[in-house]
Amino acid sequence: MSAPAVLMEGIDKSFGPVHANRGASLEVSKGEIHALVGENGAGKSTLMRILGGLMKPDAGRVEVNGHDVTGWSTNDAIAAGIGVVHQHFMLVPTLSVAENLVLGCEPKVRGIVMDYDKASDDVRKLSNDTGLVITPDRLVSDLSVGEAQRVEILKVLFRGARILVLDEPTAVLSPPEVRELWTVLRRLRDNGDTIVLITHRLDEVVELSDTITVMRAGQTVARIKTADTTPAEIARLMVGREVSLSAGKRVQPLAQPTGPRPNQGLEVRNLTVMGSRGIRVVEDVSFSVKPGEILGIAGVEGNGQTELIETLAGLRPVFAGDIVIDGVDVTRRTVAERHTAGLSHIPEDRHRRGLILEYTVADNLILGVEKLFSKHGVIDRDKVGQNALHAIQSFDIRPPNPVLAARALSGGNQQKVVVAREMGRGFSVLLASQPTRGVDVGAIEFIHQQLLDAREHGKAILLVSAELNEVLALSDRIAVMYRGKFAVVMPSAEASEEALGEYMIGAKKGNAA
Amino acid sequence: MSASVASGRQLTFSAKPWREHLEEALFPPLVALLVALICGDLLILSYGQSPAAVYRLLLEGTWGNAYGFGQVLYKATTLAFTGLAVSYGLRAGLFNIGGESQLAAGGFAAALAGLALPVGAPLVIALPLCMIAAGAAGGVVGAVPGYLRTRFGAHEVITTIMLNFVVLALLNWFIAGHLHVPETLHTPEIHAGVLPRLADIDSRFHGSAANLALVVAIVVAVAVWFYLFRARGGYELRAVGLQPDAAEYGGISVGRVWMRAMTWSGVIAGVGGINYVLGYKHYYEDGFASGAGFLGIAVALVGRNHPIGVLVAAFFFATLSQGGLAIHAFVPKQMMDVLQGVVIIAVAMSVPEVTRVLRGAHRRSDA
Repeated sequence: MSAPAVLMEGIDKSFGPVHANRGASLEVSKGEIHALVGENGAGKSTLMRILGGLMKPDAGRVEVNGHDVTGWSTNDAIAAGIGVVHQHFMLVPTLSVAENLVLGCEPKVRGIVMDYDKASDDVRKLSNDTGLVITPDRLVSDLSVGEAQRVEILKVLFRGARILVLDEPTAVLSPPEVRELWTVLRRLRDNGDTIVLITHRLDEVVELSDTITVMRAGQTVARIKTADTTPAEIARLMVGREVSLSAGKRVQPLAQPTGPRPNQGLEVRNLTVMGSRGIRVVEDVSFSVKPGEILGIAGVEGNGQTELIETLAGLRPVFAGDIVIDGVDVTRRTVAERHTAGLSHIPEDRHRRGLILEYTVADNLILGVEKLFSKHGVIDRDKVGQNALHAIQSFDIRPPNPVLAARALSGGNQQKVVVAREMGRGFSVLLASQPTRGVDVGAIEFIHQQLLDAREHGKAILLVSAELNEVLALSDRIAVMYRGKFAVVMPSAEASEEALGEYMIGAKKGNAA
Repeated sequence: MSASVASGRQLTFSAKPWREHLEEALFPPLVALLVALICGDLLILSYGQSPAAVYRLLLEGTWGNAYGFGQVLYKATTLAFTGLAVSYGLRAGLFNIGGESQLAAGGFAAALAGLALPVGAPLVIALPLCMIAAGAAGGVVGAVPGYLRTRFGAHEVITTIMLNFVVLALLNWFIAGHLHVPETLHTPEIHAGVLPRLADIDSRFHGSAANLALVVAIVVAVAVWFYLFRARGGYELRAVGLQPDAAEYGGISVGRVWMRAMTWSGVIAGVGGINYVLGYKHYYEDGFASGAGFLGIAVALVGRNHPIGVLVAAFFFATLSQGGLAIHAFVPKQMMDVLQGVVIIAVAMSVPEVTRVLRGAHRRSDA
């Protein structure tokens, strides 16, 4: 038996007080797709950074193809054929695909001028060999997200990588793009390449991988053959307790919303929003969300969902149409005025919008409501502290330390801070945009429960998610957004993944009520 | 990375021990100082002098006697104002390079106010009026780039630099053309709003220019600290400086915060004009700012944008400047300018606020 492609044993790594890896291990055989799963903060990324040479372990041993390479550098790792495809793209948007691929090792004519033709040919050849279809001469800025990711994968292959590490590769892809990626990865595996896949999505793990390593709290808790396990078992191993997977579960219609005062929900009439290049990114969209209702918006990313939500939140100007929140016309109102009218908003990008990463958890918990926590313009620090303790306890934010910078929290706990803040204040309409993106199974379950509770309390909720499962499981009605319009609106009882998928890729057009 | 905090559910309050915070704040400036000292040694040696002797002379001439110390305090006062002005802007994510003209405009306005007031007006009335005039003038000069940034997106680094030329030329025209005492480039002496000198209180400071503007500077520093870290406005201002997109999301008007921050930055620099005009010469003289506005940038950086740090940094740069005069007999005083430059470069490389502003709003990937 040949040596495993990757063998990591007893890996220990601490960052100050945070013990990210404690005795973690990983064994990846040659020519397999190996899924590395675990909650946010379980230590997956740290383990992969050690493998990629970005960090050195405090203790433990790393072997690649049977050679001890503990503590090597990124250059060593690349030379040994390890290629890491990061979750966030690292491409130069103003250069072409071919230029991006050869960056750093450009073919040259007489050693001076870059040989564009040779670069294009090399890229075309690689593209044909791997099935990663891409036109070498296109600008990266013109590519879709799925195509950009293909370029990222090509880039590491171009450098001769035979062991690929993919960090959450599907987080930003539409279902058809995901299927394409699977085809490519299987083909690479069949060519003898080894693939390590970091992911949160259990369906992907089960569908694609040969072997699974589960991490929890910095330790490796299981290494199992995919064929021998079930999603429920993987989830239990990840979280350390039974988890109800929401997929397949449907919400039951509510009898009568409860609440102190009748909430009038969200009303949007003929809304049109202009994009940066004068294109109508949202075109003549009308809908309403009743109190006690969750309207889910499905769709391939980039079809106007982001712009729709930002416009409703007051972060983008309305070109035409009206927005009414709980009976108040807020079309021309500021973000702050919309808050007052009863709007809460879980933004899709917590790092850019949802949190001030350098601020403490306590300070982040008052963003947007800081007025309520100050008297005569001075912030009441006791009140801020009390509020933080309350939120930390009721939302199980870990570590339970209100004065820790938000940056130091794991993705799931950062999201809990955002959710705690937005759901902790009085509101009647909630915009929840990708509320569980990049969040681990346990936190997803928790956030879903919060949304359902809010629905029960008569809140009107507009949910946008790239996860069809999530939309299907939580929504009363589902709208599919395609090219800035609602392609269809249907009761979720009538919706299925397949049916929605057809509307998502524009294959079918329906009646957008 | 919350993995390791599974044990227990009790709440801990200390994120980082304060000692760690302090180390983080002090480490870069101290390394910078060390680098500067080494460079200084080499420079002194290259002049064939003994570093130990020259440094001793430097310390004797600055902290070693009351006059030298007073001069250091006087120079530190202006630098504290301009340093606070720059750091205040940086906290909002704005790089105010206009301290030079804001300081000059403030001094000019203070002199005009002092001249307009009746001779012998009581200080308790005259001083606030002069300060308001100085602050208003500096504030106007700061507000213009703030408005241009908010309304048109014009970058404040460009507009403040350009405005320096405009304002300084205008002031020169006023002085040279209209208000000067014949044969000079300064206004007549004021007789209201004159600040007592330290020498009036403790005669050992005799001859030095240090005056009560120093106390004003300290009060302003404390006020800035309170506003930034305790007031709601400061919470919003720092939020805008760290992550404008998140601030906007939270309902904070980014434009309004920028407008206000540039204006107040100008006000702080403008009030600094009283140190020279009300405290030292008792008239406005063309070119009195002589680089103190620009040096304020370095003071803010070395002070790590913290009001207390700015006071310390102002004192440090004032010492270098006064020390240059003390050692002039042995090595050229320009050596101190070189050392200043070394300190600035070394610190600028390590200050996160600068890299952030220069790089624009930054994003960071998940751990």
